[in-house]
Amino acid sequence: MKRKLVPIAALLAAALASPATLAQKKYDPGASDTEIRIGNTNPYSGPASAYGTIGKSITAYFKMVNDQGGINGRKINFISYDDAYSPPKTVEMVRKLVEQDNVLFVFQTLGTPSNTAIHKYMNMKKVPQLHVATGASKWNDPKNFPWTMGWQPNYQTEARIYAKHVLQTKPDAKIAVLFQNDDYGKDYLKGLKDGLGAKAASMIVKEVSYEVSDPTVDSQIIQLQSSGADVLFNITTPKFAAQAIRKVHDIGWKPTHYINNVSANIGSVLTPAGLDKSVGLISVAYLKDVADKEWVKDRAVMEFAEFMKKYYPEGNLMDGSNIYGYTVAMTLHQVLRQAGNNLTRDNIMKQAASMKNYRIDTMLPGIRIDTDQDDFAPIESVQLMRFNGTQWDRFGEVMGK
Amino acid sequence: MTRRVYIGVAVLLAIACVLPFVVSNYRTFQLTLVLVYAIALLGLNILTGYNGQISLGHGAFYAIGAYSAAVLMDRLGAPYWATLPAAGAVCLVAGFLFGLPALRLEGLYLALATFALGVSMPQLLKYHHLEKWTGGVQGIVIAKPEPPFGLPINPDQWLYLFTLAVAVVMFVLGWNLLRGRVGRALIAIRDQHIAAEAMGINSALYKSLAFGVSAMYTGIAGALGAIAVQYVAPDSFTIFLSLVFLVGIVVGGLASISGALYGALFIQFVPNVADEISKAAPWAIFGLFLIGFVYLMPAGVAGAVRMLLLRLWGKSAK
Repeated sequence: MKRKLVPIAALLAAALASPATLAQKKYDPGASDTEIRIGNTNPYSGPASAYGTIGKSITAYFKMVNDQGGINGRKINFISYDDAYSPPKTVEMVRKLVEQDNVLFVFQTLGTPSNTAIHKYMNMKKVPQLHVATGASKWNDPKNFPWTMGWQPNYQTEARIYAKHVLQTKPDAKIAVLFQNDDYGKDYLKGLKDGLGAKAASMIVKEVSYEVSDPTVDSQIIQLQSSGADVLFNITTPKFAAQAIRKVHDIGWKPTHYINNVSANIGSVLTPAGLDKSVGLISVAYLKDVADKEWVKDRAVMEFAEFMKKYYPEGNLMDGSNIYGYTVAMTLHQVLRQAGNNLTRDNIMKQAASMKNYRIDTMLPGIRIDTDQDDFAPIESVQLMRFNGTQWDRFGEVMGK
Repeated sequence: MTRRVYIGVAVLLAIACVLPFVVSNYRTFQLTLVLVYAIALLGLNILTGYNGQISLGHGAFYAIGAYSAAVLMDRLGAPYWATLPAAGAVCLVAGFLFGLPALRLEGLYLALATFALGVSMPQLLKYHHLEKWTGGVQGIVIAKPEPPFGLPINPDQWLYLFTLAVAVVMFVLGWNLLRGRVGRALIAIRDQHIAAEAMGINSALYKSLAFGVSAMYTGIAGALGAIAVQYVAPDSFTIFLSLVFLVGIVVGGLASISGALYGALFIQFVPNVADEISKAAPWAIFGLFLIGFVYLMPAGVAGAVRMLLLRLWGKSAK
């Protein structure tokens, strides 16, 4: 058996070494000498339409790339459809992208339920479902789902970091938790409990949830205050985060207030809540916040501002979703550069899974993108930070993997 | 005229059978959804079109049907075809029970009560004591049915044909129900319920029955929809779905069986067309289409088609 393999191996080695093979262009549907077709769904309408700006900033990014000559001489055709955050619509639109528009792969499809709906389909079709826009932990499962990859740090990792910080700084804390009643909120809650370990049951004195459709979270905050807690975990999306920060301040409650990264945004959360009311908030970050004075003269942030002005002027520069879209698009840009002329679906996954300590300068110092064949979680580290009234002060080490 | 209708239906059916073999799998999937919506709309039309009870919550019955199918397949390993009667039965009972108290409510008040049902459904599906069945916010992923007996067709084509067969059965049953005594009773109640009662029609019974049967249709559609999409989640069944159903029957044609099909085509394809025209404001474009349809075809597409055919045949008869 072994001897039989030797000539084959020799042949393979010869084939790999010959320059003709190296220069040979290999294409799957969606790629050609002139074009790479990429599919995407985003909630441009419906309950989560605030996130639609991610799709728009990515579209703008690739317009810029095309103006600069494309990637390896190929133009990017980024096809993005509205799925209104409705899973059946996502299935329909993604099938259109794969079967009718013949995209090479889909990228940054947004939402945990929407991505769950197409998870099996993409893997059955062997079409990459790349850098999905959700922080659920299930996207990092290369063994069972080799065609799906996440991007941002996952919710559970982040929550475990807060738990660690509480245990270090306030081991006898009484913790109150406010969370959104969906997969995202529950993922965080699970991470928090895992992080607190055996002490979770005794430390968490109150858990209260809210629905995305609720008008306010005022009554939830009052309930949490009455529990006598001195630490508040605020697992909310931007609108509710702003309400919660203001209410906590207005009723004179002064807990150590942790707010999740989803809402750690000066422009869209802290400013509407009131900067003076946000002093002392603790969160984590992995991207630079454009509204943070620390980055006013930062080259990468200035380039981003320039990009926004030229290619997406109607977008809000301060909205964290835009620098998110820009940075994730840059990640894909690198994947495609690496893929070179071998634009097969197989190679796209291979390249996405072999990014070694890759830096994008809109990410905080020390944060890197790192993947391999068994690790489909590109960003796994974050840094703690505290709000001082005008900007975030980062403290401690970059944590995570 | 009736012979012409039979021939027309036969031709339509023949075309429907051939379609999946000439269009792409993606289109076949879309057409499957059209058939699913058509069954749901027929159900809503029995209630609203024929019986005059307005429901703003039929998305809830669609959700119950979808979840019945998904839970049966995922947790109990039931074959997909067996979930349809089960989903129908569950929704028949649910609809009948909801119809009983709703009987005391008329017109707008009933609309509000059903609206409450539709609005609360996604949250009920997230209820954490039901989570081990419903999968909570994560929903349930279900497997796609394979074509049986080694038929040389792909799963999309098979699912379409299966859905088509179910749709034909449901439409024939609906047509049978509505053209006879029951149908006349429902319409009589809608038009003048006091006169109907004076004629000896048990208004309460018929109204709750209409509710039950209507919910059953929608539930079966929900089950088929879940099998086609292979996934159920609370976010799939927001109040918007209920409103879209209502839009579907009005555009298609109230109190018309064929209207359900036109309405289904409208709610499936017009949002996509709108999205292609404008990414910034797809629903504004959808709104324009809607206003256009309502102005140009006040009796729905079915009404307009009927007028057109009458005019054509009227001429040829001379």
